[in-house]
Amino acid sequence: MRILLVEDDQTVRGFVAKGLKEAGHVVDQADNGKDGLFMAVSESFDTIILDRMLPGGIDGLHLLETIRGQHNRTPVLLLSALAQVDERVAGLKAGGDDYLTKPFAFSELLARVEALGRRAKGESGPTTRLVVADLEMDLLSRLVRRGGQKIDLQPREFRLLEYLMRHAGQVVTRTMLLEGVWDYHFDPQTNVIDVHVSRLRQKIDRPFPTALIHTVRNAGYMLRDE
Amino acid sequence: MTSEAPSLLNRILPGGGLRTRSVGGRGRGGDILRSASLRLALVYALVFMLSAVVFMSFIWWATIGLLEREVDAAIDADAHALSERWIEGGLPALADTIQQRLEQDVDDAALYLIVAADGTRVAGNLSGWPREVSRSDIPYQLTVSRDGMRGLAEVKAFALPGGFRLLVGRDVRSRAILKRLLADTLLWAVLMVSGLGLSGAFVVRSLFRRMVRNVARTTAAIAAGDLAQRVPLSGSGDEFDRVAETINDMLDRIARLMDGVRQVSNSIAHDLRTPIARARTRLEDASMHAASRTEMQAAIDRAVADLDGVTAVFEALLRIAEIEAGARRSAFAVVELSTLLDDLAELYSALAEEHGLVLQRLPGRPIRLNGDRQMLQQAVANLLDNAIKFSSPGETVQLSAAAAGGVVRIVVRDQGIGMEPAELARASERFFRAESSRNTPGSGLGLSLVQAVAQLHGGRLELGPVDAGETGSPAAGLQAVLVLPDTPVSPPPRPEAMEPSSSADHTPERTQSLSWVE
Ligand SMILES: Nc1ncnc2c1ncn2[C@@H]1O[C@H](COP(=O)(O)OP(=O)(O)O)[C@@H](O)[C@H]1O
Ligand SMILES: [Mg+2]
Repeated sequence: MRILLVEDDQTVRGFVAKGLKEAGHVVDQADNGKDGLFMAVSESFDTIILDRMLPGGIDGLHLLETIRGQHNRTPVLLLSALAQVDERVAGLKAGGDDYLTKPFAFSELLARVEALGRRAKGESGPTTRLVVADLEMDLLSRLVRRGGQKIDLQPREFRLLEYLMRHAGQVVTRTMLLEGVWDYHFDPQTNVIDVHVSRLRQKIDRPFPTALIHTVRNAGYMLRDE
Repeated sequence: MTSEAPSLLNRILPGGGLRTRSVGGRGRGGDILRSASLRLALVYALVFMLSAVVFMSFIWWATIGLLEREVDAAIDADAHALSERWIEGGLPALADTIQQRLEQDVDDAALYLIVAADGTRVAGNLSGWPREVSRSDIPYQLTVSRDGMRGLAEVKAFALPGGFRLLVGRDVRSRAILKRLLADTLLWAVLMVSGLGLSGAFVVRSLFRRMVRNVARTTAAIAAGDLAQRVPLSGSGDEFDRVAETINDMLDRIARLMDGVRQVSNSIAHDLRTPIARARTRLEDASMHAASRTEMQAAIDRAVADLDGVTAVFEALLRIAEIEAGARRSAFAVVELSTLLDDLAELYSALAEEHGLVLQRLPGRPIRLNGDRQMLQQAVANLLDNAIKFSSPGETVQLSAAAAGGVVRIVVRDQGIGMEPAELARASERFFRAESSRNTPGSGLGLSLVQAVAQLHGGRLELGPVDAGETGSPAAGLQAVLVLPDTPVSPPPRPEAMEPSSSADHTPERTQSLSWVE
């Protein structure tokens, strides 16, 4: 993916850029809002990572509103040290697609960036069927089969699996699951997500020779064919 | 993010940014007219004098006025009687009557005179018709001389048939003397009242001053940092004492808040310093002694985890401060509480099962209330997390909600280790953790947040032992009740009105991402 990174803090910017490059992405960098805006409107990116507070007169939200005003639909991940609930809402309202508060783990950032880039690409009309290896999900009849064998899932388990299948081959963090599957934006204190994933594994992976749901150390989970 | 740093402390410390302003006496000579105490005193004196003037005017009207009206009435009555004599017996009868009356008049105050058309005296005790008297409809005040004596008199003229004229009057010399006496008295009274009023004003002023000086001295001392100062009471229980008491109550509250702030900052210093110190030690130790790459790696990973813990504590503190500041009240909306609890029960029941517990969601009637959905979720999640954390395998955790008596009670009940009464009182303090829970994970901020959320909604958090009768088992465990006011909720808005107004400019991607959720 080609990614634009607009961040004024040099340590964070260098670290994020290095990590993204290691993950195989092309990264363009800007350290202020003005340059960032110029690059965002003059070139085309798959994803923009945008710090909310930037020097140079144009801050992150302003930049975002400007490019959205020009019908630029590039997915934007906002970074901010402002963790208040309202700040998050303001960021999404301005046209942001995701919001990550500092400090963050790089794995969280990478997972979210890849999810955003992938989502923008894979938009070819509504899907009714998801398939990963021998696992099939029919979104209309809400039936799940693996190797032709029907699997009974609770509604929440169905949604959790659907989320994992839509992000197949990608790292999905616990926070992403909490937000994406449960729509919770608070700290659950304990890793409740792990428990739900392990229950899903009981049904999806346990009875079969190969596992599809993998734990990614220090990051989260990934559903992939292997 | 250096620009966010200053506001941080303000948010952590409730009531942060306590500003002091110097409280100084203004009382310089040039400002004397601007002095509130003097103004009050002058108003007092003015009111005092005004009421005295009104009072004395009444006395004047009641004495002098009464005398004047009596004289008028006597003259009219006399004249009326005389005119009847005239009708009965003509001039001779009238003259006779006048003569009689003059003889009977012991006060020597009556004045009569009848003159013929040419002005010659017919009868009466006046030597001649006074020149001033020409009209017969109004009374005249004039000096008359009689028996060689001059005196003040009030007279009225009456025309008689045949060109005769009658003058009836009263000598009012004594009245004039009385009038002068009264005027003197009143003047003195005015002087005395003014004197009293002014000195009263100064008494009022000094009382007022004393009060203000006491308050000003106390607040100045407090502004200078001596928080132990209080406004002295006179002990009489008067209004000044009441003001002083109110101020002292306020100062007590401020002192308590300051203690709280101090305690919180101490806790912050301790609870954040410890993991930071741990992370630092790990890193330094690794940099000095790590023998292999893997050892180094492990040390770094653990230090990162420690720092994540610091971040989590910070976030919780900020969240609590945000809630306490009331900033979240704008996010209030209608919340389907029953659904919210069902979902949370579903999320946490898997965790409970993992711990060998059963999480029961007790059924109840649907409840809707006005509140902040996300904060309520967080609060109930914290309670469930505690209940699960402090229970042992085989026990049951119950979640229920009921609306009655104007309040909604969200109850989380467990059969776990419970809390001592002394611990209960402190449970919602920031960073408080009971001795028995030292080795369970947590930072002691969970209940503080629940408490803050309760207060945000105008409710409270009640912690107590489980009533033995309710669970059937011996009284053990903790019952946490989030009591929220049952605010009347308007009927749900029409579906199209429920859509946020900004929905039109959502990108298609976002709409889809949301649709994955629901
Ligand atoms: N359900 C419970 N049973 C027993 N003790 C509890 C319970 N809930 C809270 N406590 C006590 O109150 C303390 C404060 O709770 P909390 O603020 O949630 O902090 P934490 O969960 O991080 O320890 C806990 O450490 C524990 O000692
Ligand atoms: Mg807790």
